[in-house]
Amino acid sequence: MEKNDAGVMIVGAGHAGGTAAALLRQFGYAGPITLVGEEPLAPYQRPPLSKAWLKGETDAESLALKPDSFYEEAGVALLKGEHVTAIDRTARRIVLASGATRPYDILILATGARARRLALPGADLDGVLVLRSAADAEALKARLGPGKRLAVIGGGYIGLEAAASARALGAQAVVLEREPRLLARVAGQTLSDFFTAYHRARGVDVRLGVQIEGFVGEGEVRGVRLAGGEIVPCDAALVGVGAIPNSELAEAAGLDCDNGVVVDLEARTSDPAIFAIGDVTRRPLPHYGRVARLESVANALEQARQAASAITGRPAPAPEVTWNWSDQYDLKYQIAGLPFEADAVVTRGDPATGRFALFHMAGEVIQAVEAVNAPAEFMGGRQLIAQRRPVSRARLADPSVSMKEVAA
Amino acid sequence: MAKITYIEHNGAEHTLEVKSGLSVMEGAVKNNVPGIDADCGGACACATCHVYVDDAWLDKTGEKTAMEESMLDFAENVQPNSRLSCQIKVSDALDGLVVRMPESQH
Repeated sequence: MEKNDAGVMIVGAGHAGGTAAALLRQFGYAGPITLVGEEPLAPYQRPPLSKAWLKGETDAESLALKPDSFYEEAGVALLKGEHVTAIDRTARRIVLASGATRPYDILILATGARARRLALPGADLDGVLVLRSAADAEALKARLGPGKRLAVIGGGYIGLEAAASARALGAQAVVLEREPRLLARVAGQTLSDFFTAYHRARGVDVRLGVQIEGFVGEGEVRGVRLAGGEIVPCDAALVGVGAIPNSELAEAAGLDCDNGVVVDLEARTSDPAIFAIGDVTRRPLPHYGRVARLESVANALEQARQAASAITGRPAPAPEVTWNWSDQYDLKYQIAGLPFEADAVVTRGDPATGRFALFHMAGEVIQAVEAVNAPAEFMGGRQLIAQRRPVSRARLADPSVSMKEVAA
Repeated sequence: MAKITYIEHNGAEHTLEVKSGLSVMEGAVKNNVPGIDADCGGACACATCHVYVDDAWLDKTGEKTAMEESMLDFAENVQPNSRLSCQIKVSDALDGLVVRMPESQH
């Protein structure tokens, strides 16, 4: 790649953007790197915000992707608290809220996603929260503790992790889910049933198929109003109902977008000088011959590697099978792949033991695995998904045949 | 505090002072040492912080949990001295530790 003087501009200083900056240096990129973020913090890890950090098991320093000193040492200009308002593709520069412009040779969009909010009465009361940033997490934590009541709207990962963490902090928790089951968007029935029972056994009031009409309180939230008029009392209401890609900048700049910025396997957008990585992208999934928008750290990091490799002229990294994890109570839940075209689910182990895995099969090929406290099943499953190799359903279902043997 | 030497697959050495209480993985990642990806940030969920512990240090780095063992089972190029570096806590007793990295974490 030719060396210019404007260098690489990264817009978005989250997990993806921060990792891209670090990898560019690891891969020997010697030009200028500028990293612009809206938050007042250097890039940090978001997953612990609903897990270990919320429970007080880890601190801000360990959340940081790199120590603050890294950016100066590595020659990465970190602009915190800056909002980018436009991309001028012709002049190759970005425009900041102040009106100032900054040039780029290569632009990486890592603008992420934002928490979806509910347009309901009372949604602007204090204590109606979302959980995306460290500031969000601080606000939530300040309202949790013994005797406090947390109402979680939405039984997805974030909501369930927050409910589990709230219980660990001695707070009461109620989960209000519109669908007839938890994790309806991301998991199958068996897993929904398992998590429902697990949370209920630990004192979480899981209420399924309930419609929210609004939030009540004077200044501060005091309850969630359900259809029919019932008020569920609370000291904090966490809205965890999905995320929206921050693709407005890219759309306004005329880049191809389709529920996310469309990129290829180098993480390149429809403008060859602009890459996009992380939650904001819609990307190819080579193992499935499809495209999708993924929201996960694994995806953010894979695309950071793709972009940094392309920019530094390294061979493209081998495509990864998408994966994710969640920690709730003593459960480590790991998933790999996506259950496209799955026609059957093979259960390995007994959910009643709290240690099992579900394999979503398309014929004899594993499309996805959901593993609860079953790391071998997760790792073996991930490998088999990547290989697209037929496996015997009977052997997969038989815990006396080790995952090593199944995968052999 | 412990002085830890991280050796990349290509032989490049990085010797760093790592604070007690951090993991061996964090010592590398926070200092941008290449070769330890640690995608999950230390949750023992991904097996991308695989290292080979120098034989002289195997006893001092402690026992693997069943979780770590299972994750490692499916990592690439596993050897008897393979560990997930997010599961090794740094202490004064590890001063001088040497770990080597596999060719790839993915």
